[in-house]
Amino acid sequence: MIAEHLPALQVVVPLAAAPLIVLLRHPGIAWALAVAASVFAFGASVALALEVARTGVISYAMGNWPPPWGIEYRVDALSAFVLVLVSAIGALVAPYAWRSVAAELPRAQHYLFYAVYCLCLAGLLGMTITGDAFNLFVFMEIASLSMYVLIALGRDRRALLASYQYLVLGTIGATFYVIGVGLLYLATGTLNIADLAARLPQIGGTRPVLAALSFITVGVSLKLALFPLHLWLPNAYAYAPSAATALLAATATKVSVYVLLRFYFTVFGAALVVDALPVSEILIGLSIAAVVTASLVALWQANLKRLLAYSSVAQIGYITLGVGLATRDGLTAAVVHLFNHGITKGALFLLVGGIALRAGGVGFERLQGLARTMPLTCLGVTLAGLSLIGVPGTAGFISKWYLVLGALEAGHWWLAGLVVLTSLIAVAYVWRFVEAAYLSEPPAGKASAGEAPWSMLVVSWALVAACIWFGFDTSFTVGGAQRAALLMLGGAP
Amino acid sequence: MSAFASHYTYWITVLLMAAGLYIVIARGNLVKKLIGLSIFQTSVYLLYIAPGKLIGGTAPILSESYKVYSNPLPHVLILTAIVVGIATLALGLAIVVRIREAYGSIEEDEIVAADAGRGERE
Repeated sequence: MIAEHLPALQVVVPLAAAPLIVLLRHPGIAWALAVAASVFAFGASVALALEVARTGVISYAMGNWPPPWGIEYRVDALSAFVLVLVSAIGALVAPYAWRSVAAELPRAQHYLFYAVYCLCLAGLLGMTITGDAFNLFVFMEIASLSMYVLIALGRDRRALLASYQYLVLGTIGATFYVIGVGLLYLATGTLNIADLAARLPQIGGTRPVLAALSFITVGVSLKLALFPLHLWLPNAYAYAPSAATALLAATATKVSVYVLLRFYFTVFGAALVVDALPVSEILIGLSIAAVVTASLVALWQANLKRLLAYSSVAQIGYITLGVGLATRDGLTAAVVHLFNHGITKGALFLLVGGIALRAGGVGFERLQGLARTMPLTCLGVTLAGLSLIGVPGTAGFISKWYLVLGALEAGHWWLAGLVVLTSLIAVAYVWRFVEAAYLSEPPAGKASAGEAPWSMLVVSWALVAACIWFGFDTSFTVGGAQRAALLMLGGAP
Repeated sequence: MSAFASHYTYWITVLLMAAGLYIVIARGNLVKKLIGLSIFQTSVYLLYIAPGKLIGGTAPILSESYKVYSNPLPHVLILTAIVVGIATLALGLAIVVRIREAYGSIEEDEIVAADAGRGERE
């Protein structure tokens, strides 16, 4: 009975938790509710993923209105995979937030943080699970508005400006998306994604359809911070509260990538996007620019959080590179890296939150000799850093491996070389941390307060362990991604 | 009627869209930027609603006396979009209020200059 409504509950439970938290106000209860809601969402998404692996596609008619008239929730190999990532990060960051938020925000704002946290999670899960293009816009705005609030909660006054800039750019992105959806609606008379996919081939590449494709591409690219539309990202990540940064970095851009994949390969279809239009060439060009420039900029950052933010722009470049290749291995690489980068960046930002708490900041001068007082945290950052580089035996290596395979499959051997070369820049920026933490003397007369609280360490290390685990056991990540890639390219689900 | 005149709603849409986006880009005042953003969002309302109306069409009421119906769905969609737009504008203005409290200004160049002295290390 309940199981049949899991697709709806997946979104409704975190959504309903938010107003409940605002009504109850007590920080402890707020936290407990946020943890309960996010753990439930994780359980639901795992159950849905198992169900999808067994039966194929789950279609849920919201309010019993049959699609395409009512809003359909649709879980397939691709969305089930992304749901698991988003809800897993959500369920890990919520328990972590207890100590981190207590240290970074005034007590009176705690319940607001948890309320907005639940809204953000509901928005991201909704974007992933919905099968309706306009409903997707609404969830996109729920997620985005709560992200603006999460960022504005940061202690530094520059968090406000970062939030404002993200609000302006994010709203332009969402509006571009909704213009694109409007044009599709005018051309086809439907908003249901499966229905759109069925009707679009009949009208082909007419001008409204091409305009819709362009608007959706630009709008979603703004949301996923594709170079050169990434300008909102570094400040937003750098000044948001640590727990918020971890959630945003690990999930928000990834869900936007999912939306792009959904529109390119389900709605418009590879025949139009890849074969008839130069979308691949544009995406590959921008991805290379993102990987090279953002990695280089990351090298020169004076602050670990900003360094990791620029590294995110570069890593998103690897994901969109896989999308641009649009081959089976390229798409597998995109989806696998979406997951692997999510857990790697999640782990890094969670550990950095511990450093911010104990060392009072994450500027490189505060990291000098940090390994003596925070050995576990520094070891974690180093291991996750190896996954960021793509060293064999870590999750990052698996993504890079499939990216290289995808590049070779598409006949771009030089791209394969570029992927390896740019990983060397990642070596350089991860080394900056290692050098500061392990090889430098701690500044005289200033002792860091010791290791991060255990509740934060346990969660961070769970993700670090996942970075290593998924470097060896790839049955879930690569298996799931290959099924998703097959689905996108029109094979059996 | 020429294609230009019969599609005048599209021209208004495009004009509003371009004007709104231009204000967002060209103005340094944070409130004026939000005004531009609102105009930009409003253009989308017109884009959706105008094609839903048929000349001589009525609301979809099942009756013998009505034969031509206007499509009500775009109106419903845009009701939702208006709510989203209001929420965005309200949040944007709230952030501007806090920016003014923190910086004493809502001009983008003055705010950037106020932070220029601070290192990125903090």
